[in-house]
Formats: sequence, structure tokens, C-alpha cells
Amino acid sequence: MLALKLAYRNLVGAGLRTWLNVFVLSFTYILIIWQFGMIDGWNYQAQVDMKNWEVGNGQYWHQNFDPYDFFSYEESHAQIPELLKKATSEGKATPILISQGTIYPDGRLQSMILRGISPEQKVIAIPSAELNVKSEEIPVIIGQRMANSCKLNQGDITTIRWRDANGTFDAKEVKIVKIFHCNVPSVDAGQMYLSLENHQKMMQIPGQATMFIIDKNSNINSNISGWEYKSHEFLMKEMTEMIKMKKVGGSVLYFILLLLAMLAIFDTQVLSIFRRQKEIGTYIAMGMTRKQVVGLFTVEGAMHAILAVIIGAIYGFPFLLWQMKIGISMPAGTDNLGIPIAEKIFPVYGLGLIISTVMLVLIITTIVSYMPAHKISKMNPTDAIKGKIQ
Amino acid sequence: MKRLFFILFIIPSIIWAQQPTGKTILEKIDKNMAAKSTITTSKMIIRGARQTRTIEVKSWGEGDEKSFTEYLAPAREKGTKMLKLEDELWIYSPSSDRIIKISGHMLRQSLMGSDLSYEDMMDNTELLEDYDAGVIGSETVDGKNCWILELRAKTAEVNYQMRKIWVDKSRYIPLKEELYAKSGKLLKRMELFDVTKIGNRWYPKKMIFKDMLKKGAGTEFIIDEIEFDKKIDAYIFTKASLK
Repeated sequence: MLALKLAYRNLVGAGLRTWLNVFVLSFTYILIIWQFGMIDGWNYQAQVDMKNWEVGNGQYWHQNFDPYDFFSYEESHAQIPELLKKATSEGKATPILISQGTIYPDGRLQSMILRGISPEQKVIAIPSAELNVKSEEIPVIIGQRMANSCKLNQGDITTIRWRDANGTFDAKEVKIVKIFHCNVPSVDAGQMYLSLENHQKMMQIPGQATMFIIDKNSNINSNISGWEYKSHEFLMKEMTEMIKMKKVGGSVLYFILLLLAMLAIFDTQVLSIFRRQKEIGTYIAMGMTRKQVVGLFTVEGAMHAILAVIIGAIYGFPFLLWQMKIGISMPAGTDNLGIPIAEKIFPVYGLGLIISTVMLVLIITTIVSYMPAHKISKMNPTDAIKGKIQ
Repeated sequence: MKRLFFILFIIPSIIWAQQPTGKTILEKIDKNMAAKSTITTSKMIIRGARQTRTIEVKSWGEGDEKSFTEYLAPAREKGTKMLKLEDELWIYSPSSDRIIKISGHMLRQSLMGSDLSYEDMMDNTELLEDYDAGVIGSETVDGKNCWILELRAKTAEVNYQMRKIWVDKSRYIPLKEELYAKSGKLLKRMELFDVTKIGNRWYPKKMIFKDMLKKGAGTEFIIDEIEFDKKIDAYIFTKASLK
């Protein structure tokens, strides 16, 4: 307790030097919490968006289906199994039929993926109900990215060409009945959605599907012959790993800042011990053990971190809350990076993040404070009182 | 009465008897154009919406199933080689020094930006085997009197369910061909010009291939030199010849 009181008095007595160190440390706290909060916020939003738009609560894939292998698409469809038919009728799952096609917007040729989806489904957020319109052309919906890359607008009519399950070429006009906005690029870029029934007719495979998306509030994971269950975790794996990597990459910035703060504290400590040799000698002469003096100086250094928590809380708390409320707008073009990024990211600060950051800085500050203080134990008290440089 | 009967029944019968069947016409085309092997030096002029590019190639072919092509110009494409063996296609690119197998969705990509896809190159359709051919009329194409042949696929597994071919009545050579989607939409058109007598066969030295869904004037093929039935070293049709 005495050490704490003394340490506090000494620190406050050091004036500007202390407050500069404390400010840099508090800034480090806030930056770490803010940065990780941003990444966690992005992760959270991406997880929610992916769940709502693409992944659901898991999927069933036809055994030959590999989303990264276009070769597999032609062989990846089969009759809808009974269990999934029942789940579909109960609104717990929705079938998707996937095939390749070519679009000719304004006479240009572009490859794309055709996705047949039930207009009645409510499992994912694709506005498939818009497909329930009567039109001479095949009604289709596309995402904003696809619309941008093909320079298409709502109401436009364009030609698509595809090959049916027998390999025969077919072509028809389609009408863009809706352009939706979505943060998940894999749902949108190079994809065209049409009604499942139309797609099945076009492909000459009535009653067949490539995959099923399970509703986010349902749990279906039974074994179905010819179909492979893919859990929500499996489908989110890439995103989760990317976020982890992003966290590691982002650590570089705060590591540099932390290093600077620690360097300042280390310097302050070294200087204190050098300038306060008489004081150290007096402490020892008055009966303090060397360990107690080392402890006093270590606590003094570590107290920078505690003061930084208080200062950081005074200006950082409102700042972090304000950021959480208004979010950060992502620059134009980030949604074309191929990863799910919302237009605005709202940081998420967990209690774990705050406590772990405080502990991390506190421990490192203590270690850095102890290192020069350790030198005291080697001092000769008589020489120290005389102020002789040791 | 007798005269009316003659006009209504006898004249059409005589004309009908003179008109060959679709099958006969296709057989005659095949007889005229088919060769055991061909060695060709040609130009491919790609007329896009904005620019025109000319590519010079030399090709060796055996039947419909084996072909080897080497790009001679422009400098950017020079040294690119393509090998087609039945349903498989490989490309060697000197810039990457790699052999790539073109398959799946890549087959649907345009060949060097032309109106042809790799898939079109792979088309080994045997017209007589896959289609029922019927003569649906006559028309003049490029000043030549032609039969119009309509080919309907015999099975559902054929790439194009319908084709129309305009065949020169005197030389039995196609002067125009149209490929249709199952919906009846016209997908591709091929026009053949400069029909020249080479040896004992008539052969078009210029073709224009047009993807009818795409903008642009199409892709032009001009044959500079062609040799028929020359022996080609078997090594040419191996992957080893690509590098």
C-alpha cells in the first residue's frame, strides 16, 4: 500500500513527463480496442449477412457439386429427396438449381451462373418473390454488382444462352425485374436468379436441384444419400480464417505504437533510477529492502498503465461509443473486393476485448518497468546516498 | 381437265423427282469437302465492336477429330499452339511456357476474342448421323441457286437442335449455314465465299462466322494456302509437339 501511495506521489510529481507517457499509453489502449472492435464488427456483420443471404444454417450439396469447379455443375443435380421436399414445404429449407450460362448485354458476351430459386422461399434474403411476375420474357433478378458489370438496369431486356442437361444450346430473352443490393459478393457477382421452375424447364430437369439452403432457425443435418451436409461453420470457414489473418495483419500498427509507448516508459524508468540514486539510497538506509525498492519503482512504472486506463476511459469511452453508433463508411469500391463488407462498419467492443487489452498493456508496462528497476538491487546503498554514479 | 391434272400433279412430280433428298445433298457435300488430311495457312480477321485484329495461323488436321494449330502472327500471339484430340483441347502459351487444358466453362470462352468459342472448335457433329435433313426450298445466295436444307436433330443430345444450310445446286457446296437454339433463336451464322476449284474439289477460301447474339461484324477466315490428303507426321498430334 505504501509502495502504491509513494508510486502515485512520485508519478504525479514528475508532472508533464508522466502525463505524456500516460497519454501515449491511453492512446494505444483506445487504438487497439477501436481497431479490434472494427474487425470484430466487420466479422459480425459479415457473418450475419452471409447467414442471411447465402449460407443459412448449413447447406446440402449434391454429391458432385463443387462451387469452385465449374466442371462439376453439369453433373450436380438430382431429384429432390423426400426429407428435403418436406423441409421445403415447411419453409425450413429451399432448393437451388445451379448451371452455367452466357449473357449478351448490349451485344457483349459474358459468362455467368444461373441460379434457380423458389419465388416463395423466405430462407435467404434474395428478393425471389419479385420473380412472381407475368412477362413474355423470363423474369430474372440480379445484384447491383452484376448490374454494374453488365451495365443493366431494372426493366432491361437482354438475351441469355445456356446449354440444357443434354448439352443442347438454347437462348431466350430475360427481363430484369429487380436489382437488389447485397453485401455478400458471392451471392451477387456474375449471378442471375430466376424461378426454380423456369430453370428446371430450361435445363430439361423437372424436380431437380443442385443444393439446399437450410433456414437459419432450423436444424437439419441428417444423412441423405447422394447429398452432402455442409455445416454453417464449414461454409463460414474461409471468412473466419480471413478475419483471423486480418487481425494478425492489423496488429502490426498497434505493436509499433505499443513499442513506442514502452520505449518512453523504459526511458523514463532508466532516467528516474539514474537521477534518484540518493532517494534509492535513503529508502534502503531507512530500512526498505532492495526488493521493496525494486517493487516501488516497478509499481511506479506500471502505474502509468493504470492512469492510462483512467485517462483513456475519459476521452476514449465517448469516442468508442460514438463510433459504435455512427459506424465507419467504407470507401467506394470496397464491395468489389470479393469479400463481404458492409457499406458501413459498426465496431463491436466485447468485454473480453477490453479486459484483454488492458491486461496486455499492463503486463508489458510492468515488465518494461521492472527491467531498469532491477538494476537497483545491485546498488551500493552508501554510494547511492552519496549520489555517486554506479 | 386433262391440262389441269397435268399442271397440278404431273409437273410437281417431275420437279420433285429431280430434287435430291437432304441426305443425298449432305452426302455430296461430304464427298466434295471431306479430306483425309488438310494443311492450311490462313488468316482470322476478328472484327469487334471497337477494333479489328488479324491473326495468322497454320493448321494441320486429320479428319474431324485431330487438329493442331500454330499461331504465326501477330507478335503477341506468335508461338501459341493449340491441339485438339477428339473431345479434348490443349493450349500452349509461350509467354507462360505452360500447357493448359481447356475444358468446362473455359470452352465457352471466345477463341482469341473471335465470334467462335473453343466449343465451336470442338464441334465434331456428324450431320448425317445426328440430323434428319429435308429440303425446304430454294434461294439465291451470292448469285448462286441454292437448296435450303433444314436439319432437325434426331436426339436431344445434339448441340444445335436445328440448322439450316444453303447448298449451291451446281457445285454441292454450302454457301451459308445458320445454327439455331432450341427456342428457335438464331445463334450463329456462317457464310462461305470465294469458292475455288482445288484439285478435284470445290472449296471456299473465305468464311465469315458470326455470333448473332454479339455485336460486331463477325470473324473472317481467309485461307491463303490449303493442301489436301498430305501425310502428316503422327508426332504433330501429340502433346509433346505443343512445346
